[in-house]
Parts: sequence; C-alpha cells; structure tokens
Amino acid sequence: MNNATRGAASGFNTGRRNWGSFFFTGLTGAATALILAILVIILGNITWMGWEALSWRFVLAGTEQDMFDVNKAGVMPMIVGTTARVILMTIFVIPVGVTTAVYLTEYAQPTSLTTRVIRGAVNNLAGVPSIVFGLFGLGFFISFVGSHMDELLHSSLEAPVWGKPALLWASMTLAVMTLPVVIVATEESLKAIAPGLREASLALGATKLQTIVKIVLPQALPGIMTGGILAVGRAAGEVAPILFTGAAYYMASLPHSLSDQFMDLGYHVFILSTQSPNIDQTRPILYATVLVLLILTFALNVVAILVRAKVRRRLRAAN
Amino acid sequence: MSAGDSDNWAGIHRGRRTAPGEWLAEKAIFLISLSAIILVFLIFAFILRESLPIFLGTMNSSASRKVIQPSEMHTISREALRAYLEMPAGEFAEMDDETLKLMMEVKLEAAAEAPEDKDAKVNTASWSLMLKPHQWTGYDKPEYIWQPVSEIHKYNLIPLLVGTLKTTLVAMLFAVPLSLLAAIYVSQLASARHREWLKPAIEMLSGIPSVVLGFFALIVMATVLQKVFGYQSRLNAFVAGIALGLAIIPVVFSISEDALTSVPPSYPQAALALGASRWQAAWQVVLPAAMPGVFAATVLGFGRAIGETMIVLMASGNASIMGWDILDSTRTITATIAAELAEAVFGGHHYRILFALGTMLFAVSFLTNLAGDLITHRLKKQLEGKP
Repeated sequence: MNNATRGAASGFNTGRRNWGSFFFTGLTGAATALILAILVIILGNITWMGWEALSWRFVLAGTEQDMFDVNKAGVMPMIVGTTARVILMTIFVIPVGVTTAVYLTEYAQPTSLTTRVIRGAVNNLAGVPSIVFGLFGLGFFISFVGSHMDELLHSSLEAPVWGKPALLWASMTLAVMTLPVVIVATEESLKAIAPGLREASLALGATKLQTIVKIVLPQALPGIMTGGILAVGRAAGEVAPILFTGAAYYMASLPHSLSDQFMDLGYHVFILSTQSPNIDQTRPILYATVLVLLILTFALNVVAILVRAKVRRRLRAAN
Repeated sequence: MSAGDSDNWAGIHRGRRTAPGEWLAEKAIFLISLSAIILVFLIFAFILRESLPIFLGTMNSSASRKVIQPSEMHTISREALRAYLEMPAGEFAEMDDETLKLMMEVKLEAAAEAPEDKDAKVNTASWSLMLKPHQWTGYDKPEYIWQPVSEIHKYNLIPLLVGTLKTTLVAMLFAVPLSLLAAIYVSQLASARHREWLKPAIEMLSGIPSVVLGFFALIVMATVLQKVFGYQSRLNAFVAGIALGLAIIPVVFSISEDALTSVPPSYPQAALALGASRWQAAWQVVLPAAMPGVFAATVLGFGRAIGETMIVLMASGNASIMGWDILDSTRTITATIAAELAEAVFGGHHYRILFALGTMLFAVSFLTNLAGDLITHRLKKQLEGKP
C-alpha cells in the first residue's frame, strides 16, 4: 500500500509501472498456463496412448487367463468391483451426510459450541490422510467389528467370515472418507435455497420438519446429487483406503456377497505399473486400464463441477 | 439468506408435547449429525489401540530372548506364559496344554536359530532405537536404519521422517508459488469471462485419482525428468515431489483463490483510485489482505502432501536411504505403511509400529487442519468487519 501511494504521489512514472505490470501479468499468466498445460499433457497422454489399446473386448473380458497378457486380459472384474464398492458406499454415506447438512444449516445455531465442533470434525475428517482411513478400516471394521460379528454369528466356523478384508468393509471405510464431501456439497445447496420458500411454507401452516422434507430437500436435490457424484468420483479412484480393507490382487470369480473381496480398477493400475514382469510389453493394457479409470472418475467430476457451478450461481442470486 | 434470517429459522423449535413425532425426528437428526465427531474420535481411538504397546514401550522385538523350557510350563503363571508366547488373551484361553507345549518347542527352536549377535538381544522397538542412531554389527559408526524384514528388525523412524519431509518440501516448493501466482492471475487480473472457466479447469486436477498421478510420474515423468536433468536413480524424491505437487496444486490454488476473491473490492478500488496499477493493487493491497487465507492454503497443502500415499509409493523408489539428497531413492511414511502392512504379522511389532506411524500421520493432519481452520475462521471474522 505504501509503495502504491508513494508511486502515485511522486508523479507519473508510468513507464516503469507498465513494465512491471507487463512482467507481473506475464508471470502470473504463465503460472496459470503452466498448470493448465500440465493438465492437458497428462490427460492427452493417457487418452492418446490408452485409446489405441482400448477395445470392447478389453472392457468386457475377465482375467481368467494371465492378467498381464496383453491379448487376453480384461478389466470387467475390476469395473464390477469398483462399481460395487462405490454404490455401497453411496448407500452408507448419503443418508448420514445429508442429515448432518440439514442439521447444520436448518437447526444449528451458527455460533454455538456444538456447531463449531461438528464443523471442526467435518473439516478434520476431510484432511485425514487416505492411508489412515485404510488403517482405521483394518483396526476398527475388520479386527474389531468383524471379529466380534464372527464370534456372535459364526463361532462354529474356523475361517473368519467378517473378520477379514471384505467388500462391505471397503465400502464403509470409503463412506467415512467421503462423508465431508457430501456434507459440504449438500450444505452449499441448502444455503442456496431462498429463505422465502421456507417462510411461505411455514406461513401456510406446515411444521419445520414438513418444510424441510417437502420443500427444502427437493429443492436441494441437485446439490445433494453433486455431493454424491463428487463422493463417488473421489472414492472411485482411491486405492490407499482399500489396500487392507477389501481389494484383492487376484480373484478367480466376481464377488458374490458382501463378505467377499474384490478386484479394483485403481488397485489394478497400481499392480500393472509396479508388478508387471515386462513393463514395455504390458504398457498398452496399463494405459487402457488407466483410461477406463479416468473416464469413470473424471467424467463424474466434470459433471459435479458443472452442477456445482450452477448451484453457486443460484446461491449468489439468492443472497 | 442473511445471518439474521438463518438465526430465526434455526431457532424454531416445537415442544415435545405439541408435536412429539417432530420432536423425536429433530433429536434423531441432531444425533446423526454428531457422527462426524464420533468418527474422528473412533479413528484416533482405534489406530492408537493397535499401536499403544509401541507408545508405551511394552513391545519387545529383540530377535533372541530368554528361553523358557517346555518342561517348566507349569511352574510359571498363565499370564507370563501368554506374554511369552505373544498370544491374544482370547486365543490363549482356547489352547490346550498339548498345543501350548508344541508352541513352546517352536519358540525353543527359533531361539536356537537366532543369530549369535549382540544386536539380537536389543529391543529394536524401543523409543531410543527408533529415534537415535545405533551402531549395528558390521557398521563402523552409529546409523539410522529402517529394515524391518531382516534377521534383526531395525525400526529406526528417522529415514522415513526425512524421506517424507524432503519429498513434501519439493512438492511445496513446486506447488505453492505456482498455485499462488495462478490464483492471483485468476482472481485479480483475468477478465470475468476467463475467470469463469479457468477456476474449474485448474480444479479438474483434483479430479485425477492419485494412483493415476502416480502412474504418470512412474511411467512418463520419471523418464522425461531423468533425461532432462541426467541424474542417477530414475525414481527419487524429486520425481515423487513434483508429482505430489500436482496433487496439492488444486488445494492450494482453490483456497488461496477463494481468499483473494473474498477481499472486499473496495480495497483494490481504493488503490486504483490512488493511482496504483492493477498489478500493484493485486500484489501490494489484495495479497497482504488475503495473507491469512494464503497461509491456510499452504498449511492445508502441506497436510495433504504429507498424507498422500499412492504417488509416493509409486514414484519415490521406496529405498529407505538416510539423507537429504533429493535425487536419492526415498521412502516416505505413507508408502511404508502401504507397502509393508500386508506382510506384517497381525499384532506383531512390525504391524504395531506401522500403526504408530499412522497415529503420527493422524496427529499431523489433525494439527494442520486445526491451524488451517483457526486461520480461516479469523479471516472470516476480519472480513466481516469485526477486528
């Protein structure tokens, strides 16, 4: 500020200022361009290399043969596994996330201690490293909840049914991880609803709960969906939390029940890039797998970003 | 909705008498909304539970220990026997004497095979050996070594801490200036039409799964960077750091852009009216005003970088070499957990040390989040005009 005022007071040194302006705008613009260029290079490289190797056979084939065999391997079991864990996760996370968001926006006193602690916890959950969620899944769901379930339900069996990595535990771990995503997105859309709607509903004699269930939530549906899509997009590509809670290196068949393990697209990318006997030979299927994963997660994210941009515009309009 | 409106709306409550169903539903909503708090608590409690013996120093990982002869089985207490066999209480209770004897004989054989070495007698899972250098047999000076899968389990954490810090440092040095400059451009200098698509475009980076960034670093970036800079080991802290930087750019960019945008437009307008140019207003007026937000963005980016797993697991080379050279192959805390937990014996010292590392990660993320939270909270207050 000092410099700016001094510059103005000391006269018209526009020449220096123009040069500085040029340099500064150029520098910041270049930084922006560099980030965008990196994004384009990554996406371009994967799309270009992946597209050549991608085929319907690859998408639809299983891995009955060698999973590193370029001509026979497919990713169907991984697509099924990833889809299953993500759908299950959505079932767990949406009700809890939406309810929390409803409490935070519709009931909570913004300045009360409870509200601040809940918000703090939500922020905190969003920042916990993904590998820690994996440890939590193993320590809590598998070796605590799962083992106790086995003791209660299957005490006669030798092998654990629930006290081991399973589809259910992986989905629950992911649900814990994506809870903040759903809460934040839902809250945003709830805030974007004009207060007049609530007041009109109350004035017509509806109770607060009726207003929330019948007026507010339907209006907030796009935002809730955005939250769900964002959560799915985030969870679909996550590998660290499922390493110990459910993902399998190889499975001969698709998962049949919630207690089965599953093969996963992201984990498969990891396996193909680090365990391949001949990386140059398996490169095509590696790129194709990455492309499938990227299409799955990225498409979801783009949709979510677009919907969110719309919600935000409405939020600005409502204010 | 202004603050006043939401206060009124939030204050609407019905009595338990007038609408019992509604009252019950509202209580249920409140209880469910506590789940985030409960989950944070559970996460902490259950990773700590698995690692408690390490923190308390009650875990013994020495390779050779005092042996108890199977014939002495009944002369010692049950509890001492259980501790000797390192079994969980439930499992131990179901064992009959025959099995226990068998297990003691196994222990005896293991003890006979234990290396005749002074190192075999030390407890490598004790704090002093996990943090201080130790002169192992065959080394001519005390050294920091992480080598859990060897005859003598060496659990020194310092190489992992250094590896994590140097990778994170590279990521921060790469990502923070770049994101900050881009944030200034997008929020202050770009035209409104460009701003509309620039922000979502950069935020798209956050939509790329970390395993894909790891793959890209491993397959493409490692080769390209090695060709450009011509260093020795293809996978190292530098490659991992750059890839990690890509993962935190959207975090740092997004938060600092928000902070810059939320500076009241009257600030730069006043500067412009006094004759400052747009970049002077951006650099000398808006940026200082948004500094707490930028700082919060940096702190949160740091937290994210420390905790990122798949990228460092794939691109850092994973050799736990002690040293600050960023061109060495490196192993970080997260990568160590991801790579080794599956092979660690359930409930054993290696397993518990990995959980202890997880507890530390959780603590770091908790603190960075808290700091970021407090800063943004204060920032908000400041912008609302309260000093």
